[in-house]
Amino acid sequence: MTLPAVLASKAAGLASRRLGRGGGTALPGLVAERLAPDIVARLARTLGGGAVIVTGTNGKTTTARMLTDILRAGGTPVIHNRSGSNLMRGLAATVTAAAALNGRIPNAERTAAVLEVDEATIPAAVTAVRPQSIIFTNLFRDQLDRYGEVDSITALWRRAVAVLPPSATVILNADDPSVAALRHETRARVLTFGVDDVGAAAGEEEHPADARWCARCGAEFEYSARFFWHVGHWRCRGCGDQRPQPDVAATGIEAWADGQRVHVATPAGALRVRLPLAGLYNAYNALAAVAAAGVLDATPEQTERALRGFTAAFGRQETLRVRGRDVRILLCKNPAGVNQVLRTLAAGESGRPVHLLMILNDGIADGRDVSWIWDVDYEVLHGRTALVVASGTRAADMALRLKYAGLSERLMVEDGIQAAAGRALSQTPAGGRLYVLPTYTAMLAVRDHLAALAGRRRFWEQ
Amino acid sequence: MSNHDTTPASYSLRLAHLYPDLMNLYGDRGNIITLRQRCAARGITLTVVEIGIGDPFDTRCFDLIFMGGGQDREQQRIAQDLQAKGPAIRAAVADGTPALAVCGGYQLFCRSYQLGRGEELPGIGIFPARTLHGGEGTPRCIGNVEAEWDGGTLVGFENHGGRTYLDAGATPLARVRSGYGNNGDDGTEGAVTANAFGTYLHGSLLPKNPRFADHLLLLALRRKYGDAVTLTPLDDSLEQRAHASAAAAARRENARRRRGA
Ligand SMILES: [Zn+2]
Repeated sequence: MTLPAVLASKAAGLASRRLGRGGGTALPGLVAERLAPDIVARLARTLGGGAVIVTGTNGKTTTARMLTDILRAGGTPVIHNRSGSNLMRGLAATVTAAAALNGRIPNAERTAAVLEVDEATIPAAVTAVRPQSIIFTNLFRDQLDRYGEVDSITALWRRAVAVLPPSATVILNADDPSVAALRHETRARVLTFGVDDVGAAAGEEEHPADARWCARCGAEFEYSARFFWHVGHWRCRGCGDQRPQPDVAATGIEAWADGQRVHVATPAGALRVRLPLAGLYNAYNALAAVAAAGVLDATPEQTERALRGFTAAFGRQETLRVRGRDVRILLCKNPAGVNQVLRTLAAGESGRPVHLLMILNDGIADGRDVSWIWDVDYEVLHGRTALVVASGTRAADMALRLKYAGLSERLMVEDGIQAAAGRALSQTPAGGRLYVLPTYTAMLAVRDHLAALAGRRRFWEQ
Repeated sequence: MSNHDTTPASYSLRLAHLYPDLMNLYGDRGNIITLRQRCAARGITLTVVEIGIGDPFDTRCFDLIFMGGGQDREQQRIAQDLQAKGPAIRAAVADGTPALAVCGGYQLFCRSYQLGRGEELPGIGIFPARTLHGGEGTPRCIGNVEAEWDGGTLVGFENHGGRTYLDAGATPLARVRSGYGNNGDDGTEGAVTANAFGTYLHGSLLPKNPRFADHLLLLALRRKYGDAVTLTPLDDSLEQRAHASAAAAARRENARRRRGA
């Protein structure tokens, strides 16, 4: 059934792209899965270059993209679900698109796969793909209307790593205690990454932490350094379990407005990673990619070169030039991520008042429950805003949150995204910078609109 | 104590926030932020005191009590400590102290919470009701809610695995128009005992239900300063817009459910 499924899926992809429907990323996967439910397993297991799965609440897309770039820089052909469609049907669409018309993946013996996978899809994806490595980036509260509770994701992950063979590698964030705890649950080889440079610690405690208690003994964690949310140098007060010394460690970070240099110690030697992205969360993404690249025998030189030329995925610190303004789009998905975005933004502008367009949608992909905005510290922007336009299907909720954060000065509400973008652009001085902070579906919409104004291509054409 | 000529600026309230570091799911912090801001806008001093596990809790020092929601694991962590504080909280509620308990907090303010595994968490019995959880695999009640309360409409978002059933004679907080409410069967949402309110609505609740937020503040102020106290009206146009958009989302979801989609 592989060949008919591949052909039908390709036809569906072609048809839906002709019709201009969402880039044609969903339908081909559905078609392929209908005809051959095990299509992902059949095709993924032919790959000789190994398959890496990337999961976690934040950083999946960026980490997977970095790793793909590194492997390609070494000449390895890579299959990658670049459009970010990370459920089983997205994986089905990705592998069928990579197959040729004979139903096989060309050069399968040396091709690798880097697959971004939704947190809750991990058990199914692991069974199908039998990955050589899995990267777990972090675990924060996100889309609780879909996942129920943070604890239910931890339980799924524990079960998934328990069935991995010793030949597989799990790549874990040593600084996130709920991720690091997975090392006790698996027979697979464990590789950890983390930040040693305590100078990167925020110094202020955010609420709330989503990992407070040791999975082994139930006692509370304590921290000698906390970077953000519950990520830091932790130790259990009960059983003494503590942050493992990371195999891949950031020993020093020098940051500037739109980039940073990360000194990385790895088992294969030291790297100096120059990254054209700001934010400590992006340093973590790079560490995860470096760790996984090492497992696949990438050279330090190849890794440094690929990351130096890295370009952000659409909507993740992407900058567009629109009507003489720099427009920077920063995707906002959950409180831990948005807090990072706000702190990075504030640090980058070093005291200058900022122009902001905040777009809150409540679609399924955004989370229908918008209460998470009350867990975000928008207060850090108090006295720092020159303009705030609130937009989206829940524009009023967004505006209300900002009002209660003390940002009511020059606060405007404009439900329609295009109208809001127009208003925000015209209120931003020429030559100035506009920050756009959208939720996922809002990002797709606003990015499309801004790219059209800037004369760029749409996301699925990249 | 009660002096009817007191200028509003001299009013002050003390709020006890129960287990803020554990029971803080779904932006419950927004409720506290809202009470702070609505007091500040009127020159009322609001002091928020965080009460955690093992902390002494003399309810006589407080004019308002708040407890938010948490996952089952967090609820299990605090259940025992809450038992120790239960008699004081019951006495405070009997004495007319306003209280608000949301989601997991609401469940523990009822008589008991039967978890899926057969384990039963004791509550403190402020509300004559008990909560049952059908166990792993039981669909959760998730979605936007619109409900009719005596003082107007309440809107919010619910996300709970347990179903709460009120005893005969218990008073619900509101009647569900769109959404599940206590259990998805009998149309009730939340519970009321004296000036204590329990509800499944988060979202956060108080920012987009300003009348309900003011109702709590007014109950607290009148209990302390006498029935003549009134609240200065505030510009709630943004609050009303957020209220309307939450209500519209609830109605859309309700229509979808009716169509069976
Ligand atoms: Zn422990």
